[in-house]
Amino acid sequence: MDLKLKIWKQKNPKDKGRFETYNIANISPDCSFLEMIDILNEQLINEGKEPVAFDHDCREGICGMCSLYINGRPHGPDDDITTCQLHMRKFKHGDTITIEPWRAAAFPVVKDLIIERNAFDKILQAGGFVSVNTGGVQDANAILIPHDTAEEAMDAASCIGCGACVAACKNSSAMLFVAAKVSQLAVLPQGKIEAAARVKNMISKMDELGFGGCTNTGACEAECPKSISISHIARMNREFLCANIQD
Amino acid sequence: MSVLNSKSPEGNLAEKWSNYKSSCKLVNPSNKRKLDIIIIGTGLGGASAAAALGELGYNVKVFCYQDSPRRAHSIAAQGGINAAKNYQNDGDSIYRLFYDTIKGGDYRSREASVYRLAEVSNSIIDQCVAQGVPFARDYGGLLDNRSFGGAQVSRTFYARGQTGQQLLLGAYSALNRQIAKGSVEMYYRRDMQDVVVVDGKARGVVVRNLATGKLEKYFGHAVVLATGGYGNVFYLSTNAMGSNGSPVWQAYKRGAQFANPCFTQIHPTCIPVHGDYQSKLTLMSESLRNDGRIWVPKDKSDAEKIRNKQLSPTDLPEEKRDYYLERRYPAFGNLVPRDVASRAAKERCDAGHGVGTGLAVYLDFADAIKRLGKENVEEKYGNLFQMYEKITDENPYNTPMMIYPAVHYTMGGLWVDYNLMTTVPGLYCIGEANFADHGANRLGASALMQGLADGYFVLPYTIGNFLADEIHTKRISIDSKEFVETEKQVNDRINKLMSIKGKQSVDSFHKRLGKIMWEYCGMGRNEEGLKKALDLIPKLRKEFWQDVKIPGTTDEFNPELEKAGRVADFLELGELMVRDALNRKESCGGHFREEMQTEDGEAKRDDENFAYVASWEYKGDNQDPEMYKENLDYEFVKRVQRNYK
Repeated sequence: MDLKLKIWKQKNPKDKGRFETYNIANISPDCSFLEMIDILNEQLINEGKEPVAFDHDCREGICGMCSLYINGRPHGPDDDITTCQLHMRKFKHGDTITIEPWRAAAFPVVKDLIIERNAFDKILQAGGFVSVNTGGVQDANAILIPHDTAEEAMDAASCIGCGACVAACKNSSAMLFVAAKVSQLAVLPQGKIEAAARVKNMISKMDELGFGGCTNTGACEAECPKSISISHIARMNREFLCANIQD
Repeated sequence: MSVLNSKSPEGNLAEKWSNYKSSCKLVNPSNKRKLDIIIIGTGLGGASAAAALGELGYNVKVFCYQDSPRRAHSIAAQGGINAAKNYQNDGDSIYRLFYDTIKGGDYRSREASVYRLAEVSNSIIDQCVAQGVPFARDYGGLLDNRSFGGAQVSRTFYARGQTGQQLLLGAYSALNRQIAKGSVEMYYRRDMQDVVVVDGKARGVVVRNLATGKLEKYFGHAVVLATGGYGNVFYLSTNAMGSNGSPVWQAYKRGAQFANPCFTQIHPTCIPVHGDYQSKLTLMSESLRNDGRIWVPKDKSDAEKIRNKQLSPTDLPEEKRDYYLERRYPAFGNLVPRDVASRAAKERCDAGHGVGTGLAVYLDFADAIKRLGKENVEEKYGNLFQMYEKITDENPYNTPMMIYPAVHYTMGGLWVDYNLMTTVPGLYCIGEANFADHGANRLGASALMQGLADGYFVLPYTIGNFLADEIHTKRISIDSKEFVETEKQVNDRINKLMSIKGKQSVDSFHKRLGKIMWEYCGMGRNEEGLKKALDLIPKLRKEFWQDVKIPGTTDEFNPELEKAGRVADFLELGELMVRDALNRKESCGGHFREEMQTEDGEAKRDDENFAYVASWEYKGDNQDPEMYKENLDYEFVKRVQRNYK
């Protein structure tokens, strides 16, 4: 298939940035979206032009490094996948595809389609852990965890930290990301001990870093490549309320 | 030829590590604060080491090339992690895990190191559970296990098909805790360029800040490389796009020996190649072989009809299918080790029984769905099935998956002694980056075990043994001669790459190298082909240095320049792999020399001549490397022909 691509180009964080238009031909429907950009870049290099910079690594939907708004949707038109898992069979001959970096105050653009998501690390550093040192812990089977609780924790723990929730949210809120970690550790006995301090510290760090508030529109859940449920946000709100009442 | 000393402690197998721990040197807490440790890489090895060393009180600096430490490729490991807990009461023990690992590695690993790995495996599970890793549980609340290749017991702990992710997020959370406390400093988007050696000891690194393009220098009393494997030398592999061999290769050029470079693992269950534009291959977890059955059509004519889409695999009656692993290896069936399963798939496809493009076999879940119900299969493998469907547009609940072997893991790596120290004092290497524990073939679910064993439970002891003698070493200025000189060399090389201004892209060279490696140093190797590769690779390297085209400049975010540096190193590393494969005139594990096979096509080992680790020392750019040997004199295990029948 032949396509027209409108891609955001921005030399560095200070540059204003603009859309550039490229044409690309003979793309196989079995080609992945990022392979399509590889082909474009090969073409640009051969023409002596600057290739498009984008973030990617594992290319199997688990590292969370790829991003992109594709025609306005984080991770593109398919559901429950990351950009690297998107295949060109979701597009048709003659389509125009608009590709942009994610826009959020806490995710500044570094170059072209590459953004900085260091703010997520900082939120987790504020409390997204269980305080145990290496060694000196009890036997793994000494902590009994009901099957369903382990599954629930696993649902929340599936978050890949890509930031699609922030990109999808009109307020650029990180509530789903934060809630996934708070929820995972709040349902498990290992995490309960520090639950109150954790939720307060992580939420205050999230606010400090410039993420917006949650207005329950559910856009984050709709675009999350790992289908993480907004019920985790409800749990986090309860945890937060209880923690503050305890004070 | 010189012989290497592994420094394995004396004594009985089961006592070696305890003896070591009770007699190694210690560093007192106030001195730990004065000691700096550099760690490159934040996968399971790097993140766990950084967390554990930070907790002990050392000053740790950690570097990764991604935008966050959580992106490291350990995250993509799917199936599970082994441990000798024997929670299933099915006969497991530390000795059995040790024995399976030695046997799985085709008797080419070091007894003492592998025993230690099996010994600490149980602590890893305890540690991860304490961190809140949501391993699968049964209905009584206890931990669940599954089976993996090369074992007859169920000892693999798992978190759906995302075990690597959950373990890495556990290590990352421990790392985050130390970053918050200030004991670990995290540097992201940094690509290591070189090791700085001062008076014979590793004392720092030069890294490139990928976002700004600037070179930066950092001092450490010791340097730890946790940089993963070099499977991307093949271009197409299951590794992440950024996974590379450059840090270990630069260390090699600074004097660290490279052991068994030709030992590469080709994983049997990957989604087959489908086009020239393809950038990577996707693994389908080995855990699928617990319930999936592998087959090809018995008759070539049926295979042809299926390839031409005149026949659907689901319509082929049972008696016309060849479940070749169950037929050839009745004792282990579909759960034979990876090297055996991969070769068997290649053999069937080469004989004309392949499906899809001809280079694929079926992995069928119809029986499992009948036996367990679709819901149970979905709970166990749901995310893998979804991943498969998104890539291939076929639904594995209705039609069998197609799979083919692909490059997955490298058992070779920097040579390390029992302390995990390379041949450069103060330079450590952990996880996949070293050669240590898997011999000629790694068993499934053992990579995660090794990464975390090295980082949480081995390195914190062994590095202390070295650092105890460094408490009087003052921090060395990064403006000192050695730092400045190393930085200049890195800078010169980058400028040289940029000044070529040729006609061909970096990727085009990488693809050509990959084809040479896969053709001549892949699943089957022979003398003629290896010699051919030894002729082709230097020519390709020469062409690269004359005609590569790198757009942009050095002082900006320049992904093409990053790739160029990595491919330049792969073009040298690939040659060493071929040289090593040529030297090893035996078949063992993942290294299959076609001249050396039994009558029924199994690998034929030669213990008389090759029961050693081949460790290569760099001698200069235009000189042949020198081979050292570490003799694998087994004290406790009797070598036998591997038999999975």
